[in-house]
Amino acid sequence: MRIALLPIAAAALLLAACESDKPTNTSGVTPTTTTVSKGPTSSSIRSGSIEDFRVNVGDRVFFGYDKFDLSADARRTLERQASWLKQYASVRMAVEGHADERGTREYNLALGERRANAAKDYLVALGVPASRLTTVSYGKERPSVVGSNDSAWSQNRRGVSVPAVQ
Amino acid sequence: MRQKASASPRASLRRAILRSSLFLVAALLMAAPVAFAQATRSEPRIVTGDGNPQPMPIAISNLAGDARLGADIARIVSDDLERSGLFKPIDPKAFVQTPDQIGTAPRFADWRLINAQALMSGAVTLQGNQMRVEFRLWDVFGEAQMEGQVFSAGTDGLRRVAHKIADAIYKRITSEDGYFDTQIVFVTETGPATEPFKQLAIMDQDGFGYRTLTDQKRVRAITPRFSPTERELTYMAYVADPKTGLDIPRVYLYNLDSGAQEILGSFSGMTFAPRFTPDGQKVLMSFAENGNSEIYMMDLRTRRATRLTDSPAIDTSPSASPDGTKIVFNSDRGGVTALYVMNADGSGVQKISPGRGRYNTPVWSPRGDYIAFTKSEGGQFLIGIMRPDGTGERILAQSYLDEGPTWAPNGRVLMFFRQAPTDAQGRGGASRLMSVDITGRNLREVTTPTNASDPAWGPIDRR
Repeated sequence: MRIALLPIAAAALLLAACESDKPTNTSGVTPTTTTVSKGPTSSSIRSGSIEDFRVNVGDRVFFGYDKFDLSADARRTLERQASWLKQYASVRMAVEGHADERGTREYNLALGERRANAAKDYLVALGVPASRLTTVSYGKERPSVVGSNDSAWSQNRRGVSVPAVQ
Repeated sequence: MRQKASASPRASLRRAILRSSLFLVAALLMAAPVAFAQATRSEPRIVTGDGNPQPMPIAISNLAGDARLGADIARIVSDDLERSGLFKPIDPKAFVQTPDQIGTAPRFADWRLINAQALMSGAVTLQGNQMRVEFRLWDVFGEAQMEGQVFSAGTDGLRRVAHKIADAIYKRITSEDGYFDTQIVFVTETGPATEPFKQLAIMDQDGFGYRTLTDQKRVRAITPRFSPTERELTYMAYVADPKTGLDIPRVYLYNLDSGAQEILGSFSGMTFAPRFTPDGQKVLMSFAENGNSEIYMMDLRTRRATRLTDSPAIDTSPSASPDGTKIVFNSDRGGVTALYVMNADGSGVQKISPGRGRYNTPVWSPRGDYIAFTKSEGGQFLIGIMRPDGTGERILAQSYLDEGPTWAPNGRVLMFFRQAPTDAQGRGGASRLMSVDITGRNLREVTTPTNASDPAWGPIDRR
């Protein structure tokens, strides 16, 4: 753990996260982390940790089929990510772009790259230095949910932010 | 051959590797003097057109001489011809003459009895580890020799000799080049569906000689393509940066003889969708930067890259025409991804794909007469071909997910991969290689040891 804890700010962030009612998790994408965030163990999450980021900020945004524009939900998630990144100002972050399986490998690599950059561009517009952000596209190579159905597809069309912390 | 600087590490590696002990010497066998042609009857012939020919009954006799090698060769030839869908090898139990009895003068009446239109006979002799293999192809009803060849090879080259015999028979009867002495490189997929190991693997076109080429612990590799002129591949892979641990997606070159690999070019972001030009001198690929993918041409001799497209759209999956003057690619510049053709310098872009649906992964036939593609429409993925001007679209295969056609070197057969849907419990999702004729007939699975995808058909083997 190389990030210094900032207890007051972290507590404020936790509060903010609870107040926002976690709109990105309403689709039931990550039921286990949703449970954690609302359960009694949430206070044991270390501020500034990857778990803190995933549970209290939200590490992913979702896209429509063959689309890369950011929804209102996606923007809210990225706004929380930007705040978190401003708070932990030494943390670098990789933004992954992913696609569902209904496209060719090569097209989906390009589409994932578009999605990763759409997320990154918004973070930069919110004041996160571009030098702290990298993008990588995985196309359809790493689905987060297995299944050939609307639910799996919609969860796999995603941008995932991965801060370089433990 | 591509020019290489003598100091090139690739060139010296190539020289340092001992080539296979396989040594082929093909010679023509003159027609035996006892054979005579009947001018009133035409030779057995298969026309590979749009008709619906019945597979030709053919008798493939075991070769005389070394019984074990003779039987092995006959079985490989028979299997090759059968898989082509154009031949129907006759059950050897029906044969009247033994391999030794056929010699250089078959008793044609015995073979007419079982309706063999053509007969293959031959002999294999062994001296140490060296084989001398001869075969003859007979026109049974015309009572004449159609073809005769002699090969010398080590016994480790037995399968390749058999494939060359099958190639010769196929060519003599169909007038098309054979494609049996070829290899397939593809992606083998193992491990969990959400984090699969993807490695490059290679095997002969009939599934023998399977081996993996990359290290699954280090590399996640996709979209391999054969050089049409060198023992070389290009592919895209994710390799973790040792310092940051972040995956770097780049196009690589892979030397099949030395195993040497190198990143192609010094791009600042993801490179992907590589494909050699037909002269083997350049690699076309896409480079993505700031959410925009453009097509580049990399000269392998100078290592200079030239950008060919300039649009904010996704421009990818380039493939050059056999004469190198045109490039087909897919782009969503018109809203939905479609096929476009441009000149090799990027000028003169024209949309060619007609109609509805999304068109992707165009691949120009080595013969130049068709462009194969992946199309998605109505929740299905289709493999099809169209002429280079976009007319004459013909769908050859269709399923939940068919993708990534690759041409046999004779331009008459395609391979692609087919992924089954996965249910909510995670069952299904198997991915298989398939082959199909450009007529849409003879759709078959190509057996692989694991889940497989991204087949790339190599040129006629020159090892």
